[in-house]
Amino acid sequence: MRSQDRKFDIIIIGAGVIGCSIARELSRFKVRVAVLEKESDVGWGASCRGSGVIHAGFNNQPGTLMARYCVKGNQSFHKIAEELNIPYKKIGKLVVAKKSNEIPALEKLKKQGKINGVENLKIVGESEIRNMEPNLQGIAALYSPETAITSPFLYTIALAENSLQNSVQFFLNTQVKKITKNNKSQFYLLAHDNQFEASYIINCTGVCSDQIAGMAGIPHYRIYPCRGEYYVLDKNAASLMNHLIYPVPHPKEGGLGIHLTPTVDGNILIGPSNEYIEKQEDYAVTMEVLRKLCLEAQQFLPAISPKYFIKNYAGIRSKQTPPSQGGYHDYIIEESPEVPNMINLIGIESPGLTAAQPIAEKVVSIIDKKEKLVHNQDFDPYRKGILRFAEQDEETQRRLIQEDSDYGEVICRCEQITKKEILQAMDNPLGARSLISIKYRARAMMGRCQGGYCLTRIMELLREKYNYKWDDFLLRGAESYMLTGNRSNGESDL
Amino acid sequence: MIKKDVVIIGGGAAGLAAAVSCREKGIEDILIIERESALGGILKQCIHDGFGLIKFQHSYTGPEYAHKYVDQVEKQKIPYFLDSMVIDITNQKVLTVVNKSGLKKYKAKSIILAMGCRERTRGAIGIPGSRPAGIYTAGVAQNLINIHNYMIGKEVVILGSGDIGLIMARRLILEGATVKMVLELLPYGSGLPRNFNQCLFDYDIPLYLNHTVVNIRGDQRVESITMAKVDARGEAIPSTCKDVSCDTLMLSVGLIPENELTKMAGIKLDPLTGGALVDEYGQTTVNGIFACGNVLQVHDIVDNVSLEAEYVACGVEKYLSSFLKPKNDICIELGEGLQYVLPQRMQFLDDTVFSLRVSKPGQKKKLVFKNDKSIIKQKTFLRVNPAEMIRIKLTTQELSGTNGLKVDLES
Repeated sequence: MRSQDRKFDIIIIGAGVIGCSIARELSRFKVRVAVLEKESDVGWGASCRGSGVIHAGFNNQPGTLMARYCVKGNQSFHKIAEELNIPYKKIGKLVVAKKSNEIPALEKLKKQGKINGVENLKIVGESEIRNMEPNLQGIAALYSPETAITSPFLYTIALAENSLQNSVQFFLNTQVKKITKNNKSQFYLLAHDNQFEASYIINCTGVCSDQIAGMAGIPHYRIYPCRGEYYVLDKNAASLMNHLIYPVPHPKEGGLGIHLTPTVDGNILIGPSNEYIEKQEDYAVTMEVLRKLCLEAQQFLPAISPKYFIKNYAGIRSKQTPPSQGGYHDYIIEESPEVPNMINLIGIESPGLTAAQPIAEKVVSIIDKKEKLVHNQDFDPYRKGILRFAEQDEETQRRLIQEDSDYGEVICRCEQITKKEILQAMDNPLGARSLISIKYRARAMMGRCQGGYCLTRIMELLREKYNYKWDDFLLRGAESYMLTGNRSNGESDL
Repeated sequence: MIKKDVVIIGGGAAGLAAAVSCREKGIEDILIIERESALGGILKQCIHDGFGLIKFQHSYTGPEYAHKYVDQVEKQKIPYFLDSMVIDITNQKVLTVVNKSGLKKYKAKSIILAMGCRERTRGAIGIPGSRPAGIYTAGVAQNLINIHNYMIGKEVVILGSGDIGLIMARRLILEGATVKMVLELLPYGSGLPRNFNQCLFDYDIPLYLNHTVVNIRGDQRVESITMAKVDARGEAIPSTCKDVSCDTLMLSVGLIPENELTKMAGIKLDPLTGGALVDEYGQTTVNGIFACGNVLQVHDIVDNVSLEAEYVACGVEKYLSSFLKPKNDICIELGEGLQYVLPQRMQFLDDTVFSLRVSKPGQKKKLVFKNDKSIIKQKTFLRVNPAEMIRIKLTTQELSGTNGLKVDLES
């Protein structure tokens, strides 16, 4: 690649949901945009490790960016979901009081929501709760019908793919190591042994955003990583509940409390916990927290039991408030006075997924004010996702197999994912072909057997289609090798 | 809708034996539906020997054992579909089958469920730590090594002492890997005694009973695990934690009968076996739908799967000729010292093979079958082991007049 090919008007650092939203918003204009991502795929940080909730916006302090962008993001999400062809289900949420002394907090949330512009909030009593959620234990609840769910990874992937369609360039496995600026105020970024050049840089690196800002000479931001662990429940548990179920939040805690979240695919998530950690990206789960998750979930739904557990994971919040303080600090989205033309997005924690679109619009407006951006007439907001065979009616299924017999081969048994869908996932426009990339796109390996049946079949498809050798199979990142050799060829040199 | 007398879901050990037995009994209209591209099920990847000692008095490898039946299927011209998945089943015995040629509906007079089982995963048992590459269940490892010719790791720790884990310990050693240890949560092994001898002790692989894995480290690939001793309740004792470096953690922590289709058909399951509730012919709570093999109960010896399938074929034959009209409905009561007993109910009081597992190892135990009045059968065992399924036959004479049955393990 010639150095000219690495020269852009704007470079976005970090391909999470925020980076990808900004990329897509910028692609509406005639600017050369690149996204640099250190991982092998988009969305592998906080974006794909949350609950996937499109919050209504009653949890956030009135007047804050968090509150404004959350409400705006919630109200416009149906449009973006349609454009990007991603799942979106407005299932509603219950914030559940277990004791009478928690009821005033519900009233307070309702009032706060009203100030923020959240519609249709309502306090419901025990009998209404019973009607809505027969298995739920609680005496009163705040019901928010506007709260919705989406697939956080498909959302991020769709944003990236749509940006790519509209000429944004993505550089994966490209970690920024050094940022310099020359006297003509051009930025030079050293990443993956390559030099990139841009007039603007946008730092949306989540838990690493203080580090990246520091690299560019802005020392005063500080991120405190705060881990949240989750359990994923078998789809067999789906009938236990219909809405998002949350406890009454405690203001000192920097999260919304351990809640129960149905996913768009029919699983239930328990989590997240709330633990400040030392290491920036330590995604390990812990015995103590896993135990706590189970116990707290049972407080609401006694029917939950370990027999439903199929998986656990953790995500990390980028908190600006230190452990001693807890709670929330509002988002920082600003062009820094010290380093003009660098826009920093700091502390974009929950409700970041919901707020991503308004945040992106805000970032674009900062640049637009200075540069008077020209509209890209060719911008196409529509992106097509992978059609799910299992979700189609029988007639459609018949037709699909007739049109393409790969739909007739079910590869992932638990989720009934066909060969066609897996091939489409492998052939994704970003070229991300680790097993996790395939999993996020096709949903194969996400079911109760966790790839016990389909992993070897997917590896075989990779071999057939892409001529994979034993050392090409990766779980996630570049060093996450699945195999250590080919038996017939003897020992490998790994 | 295509009509069939018998549809068998699954072309592994149970499905094949059921098909061959059904044909031997003169049933013509049979269809086996297999989701893989070859018949044989899990036996295809079990290239070790030890199969067939009961059934054929000969030690075969898994593929050889499967082929004894596949050859019969071919010879008897029993129809089968490969690469075909049943995606729906109703209690009216209507099946929706998907394969490359399309989506088709079948209406069966009788269905035999023979879908086998799946492996319990890391997620299900909730091992804490990071989630790097290099964590495999034993069956997946076996598939990658024996079918696909790949190696999965160089320094392996095995959690769980189930049979596949033990077999794979030896397999990994033979392929040049180091197997550092096998950790078992229970105070006794989960696999068959012969596998401990032939696969661990013969290769000097240490076995740690009352131990588990409490942490996994490694960002990209497994770098180490933390082992710990557990107390009597199975809880890890923090002071006993010890790090073990390895690049692979292999899990052999249990098998789960794969009953998703069973549930779809509205069939009642037994929480103790994870399989369907059945009568002495393996007939489930939906008349005409039968179950055998690992989908019914997890077996340790394939020969018993074949024998179980033969019983089910008797039931299917009787059902098709309308001889299987439920008469009695006698519940089999599970007494002390047993994990489960099959069948869970009796309808006909015909000759019946009961299969059961004890709760824990023991010596000099007496298995007692009682009806409401007296002991109708008992058998003494010098030693019992949960890993070894006990099969015991009660005859029509022994069962006659019974209107309640309890099974106990006594000292």
